[in-house]
Amino acid sequence: MTRFRDLFAKATNPTGTVFILLVLILAGVFVMNPGFFEGPSLMAFLKQAAPLVILAAGQYFVIVSGNFDLSVGALVGAQVVIAARLIDGEESRTLPVILVMIAFGIAVGLVNGLITTVLKVQSFITTLGMLLVLYGAIRLWTGGAPTGSLSEAFRTAGRFGIEDVPVLGQIPWALLIMIGLGAGAVVLMRTRFGRILMASGDNERAASLSGARVDAARTTAFVLSGLSATVAGILIGGYAGVSAQVGDGLEFTVITAVVLGGVVLGGGRGSVLAAMAGALTIEALFTLFNQMALPATLRPTVQGAIIIAAVAYAARQRTRPAPATPTATATATPS
Amino acid sequence: MKTQRLAAASVAALGLLLATGCTTDTPAESPDDEATTGAESGDEWFVQADYDEQLAQRDIEPEGDPNTPWLQAIEPEWIDTAEFAREGGDATLCFSNASVSNPWRVTGWITMQQQVAVLQESGAIGEFRVSDAGDDDDQQISDIQAFIDAGDCDSIIISPSTTATLTPAVEAACASGVPVIIFDRGVNTDCAVTFIHPIGGYAFGADAAEFLVDNLEPGSTVLALRILPGVDVLENRWAAAKQIFDGSELEILGNEFTGGDAAEIKNIVSQYLERGEVDGIWMDAGDGAVAAIEAFEDAGQPLPVMTGEDELSFMRKWEETGMTALAPVYSNFQWRTPIIAATMILAGEQVPAEWVLPQDPITDAELADYLERNADMPSLHYAKFGGEDLPGFPDAWRDR
Repeated sequence: MTRFRDLFAKATNPTGTVFILLVLILAGVFVMNPGFFEGPSLMAFLKQAAPLVILAAGQYFVIVSGNFDLSVGALVGAQVVIAARLIDGEESRTLPVILVMIAFGIAVGLVNGLITTVLKVQSFITTLGMLLVLYGAIRLWTGGAPTGSLSEAFRTAGRFGIEDVPVLGQIPWALLIMIGLGAGAVVLMRTRFGRILMASGDNERAASLSGARVDAARTTAFVLSGLSATVAGILIGGYAGVSAQVGDGLEFTVITAVVLGGVVLGGGRGSVLAAMAGALTIEALFTLFNQMALPATLRPTVQGAIIIAAVAYAARQRTRPAPATPTATATATPS
Repeated sequence: MKTQRLAAASVAALGLLLATGCTTDTPAESPDDEATTGAESGDEWFVQADYDEQLAQRDIEPEGDPNTPWLQAIEPEWIDTAEFAREGGDATLCFSNASVSNPWRVTGWITMQQQVAVLQESGAIGEFRVSDAGDDDDQQISDIQAFIDAGDCDSIIISPSTTATLTPAVEAACASGVPVIIFDRGVNTDCAVTFIHPIGGYAFGADAAEFLVDNLEPGSTVLALRILPGVDVLENRWAAAKQIFDGSELEILGNEFTGGDAAEIKNIVSQYLERGEVDGIWMDAGDGAVAAIEAFEDAGQPLPVMTGEDELSFMRKWEETGMTALAPVYSNFQWRTPIIAATMILAGEQVPAEWVLPQDPITDAELADYLERNADMPSLHYAKFGGEDLPGFPDAWRDR
């Protein structure tokens, strides 16, 4: 019973709004199509949602430390195109190319982070520039459209899973990766690094005066975001293969997801678990739209209205006195 | 208090959803495709006369050698171009391109450059000046104006980004006195010397829809996958398909916009498969067709009867799986024609006023042949690119 009270307390907390919304949307999906909650289709939903959830975790680190990363969509697209071109159907190249992708993801994150922290360029501008640089560079490199193809091994993580599981059918690798990385993100936010990150977003000056290496933490957050985009690229490429449009607009979807999770733009507040739940909520919303056969033209409008309503609700909750210190916020709602 | 507020917000959000949701029926309950997503946009893009003309043109034998389809023309009305004849070679051609933002345009653009190289070699063309508007109307208008202002273009070739907005710019180009050639999408003026295009969107959509009607049992279910709303060339394809589906016994489950994104296509198809059987897939362009097929494979469902496009990834998957499919074609080889037309006009030779190129879909019987011919080509290449006889083949298209 304490569990219920606990849940109730969380639900009335700003970051808890997203869980309520998620339940409501899933209830809506259930009404439209009870079959959605059968094992196989639920697993298919989670498999398809996994990349956005992982991206949301990466974006959370950046946002909570007081920055934005607008380059993730372009980075996901770049990673898939790079993978297709370098692998070019050769199974043996899978692992080396994945290592190249990881290195590329780290490099992009590092450049974003260093330009933002050392050169003091606003992250909005830095990552917007990076978005354009990646977008253009990839088109230059490929002559406008992707070439090559992915290997079967590369596609395993995003497309396949543990087969023939009773009730569930298939447990997707993507789901296991999502749970693993999600747990890692939650644990990371409880470490000293996590508290510094939260503190730098809440009050940069206070954090650095108290001896925290704010710039290093923020740069690391960008690197984590670059890595999350790499993993998301591997999963999305694996799920659906190469197309010229991979990653288009993902940065806005993921920032929406994080904000829906109650994470405050500007940093300092919000939990990574809620950010990931925000991503699940967005994916559930898209599913609901499909189930309702909502006209494509109406979808962005409804999506926008729901997001404003949810965030406005969370903001009203937040106008009441906030916990005394940023560190306390981090531990009071430890995800 | 808190819970009340929470409830109010949730009710508001849910109410909004339901209120909007009530205006449409779920596809499963509604065999009538009037009620499905985006169907309302079908009619404003439908012109009966154009539809009838394009469907008829499919059966007309084009004039010219079938081995060079880019020089063939359907019912051409030849016009005299003696007024544009100019002495000597080394003509300066100026090309205003809408964009190279999709694999179809990239493929065509390579073919065009290879055609130019041949004519530069022979001395007919000197300089080939190009501007790429990146799908931006305003950019293209100023690109065209820059060609006019330069004053040394012997001919201006334009692939317009949109119809209405580009019309005044095209008229200005015509007024400058040099021969203007339009290809791919049209404009609302016939001041250009020639307008080059394949038969068109209605024929594409109808080829695909008729194939599904012929190859599916009455009562079968079809899902339509579309790229974007509001683009005339794509809307015409759907308008024609809708016309044919309306007169058939097929049940259209829905028509969904995917942005051509493979992941989105796979999501949507997977979700339809969770709710019931899908027997056929109609697509308004082949981008991401393989993702749709994989959704069936991953769901363990029998593969649908399907129409994609002559993009190789789809054709290779089609051969590999042995599914029942058709590749409607929006003739990519049309990118060669404007260059050749320009040299013909500058030599004072007759050209068709409206140069309608053939547009034949690739059937199962021709599949192996086209795959063989394009064996070295990347997966996002278009089978009917028509550049096999150009000296740059195959490297120029392979190493793009």
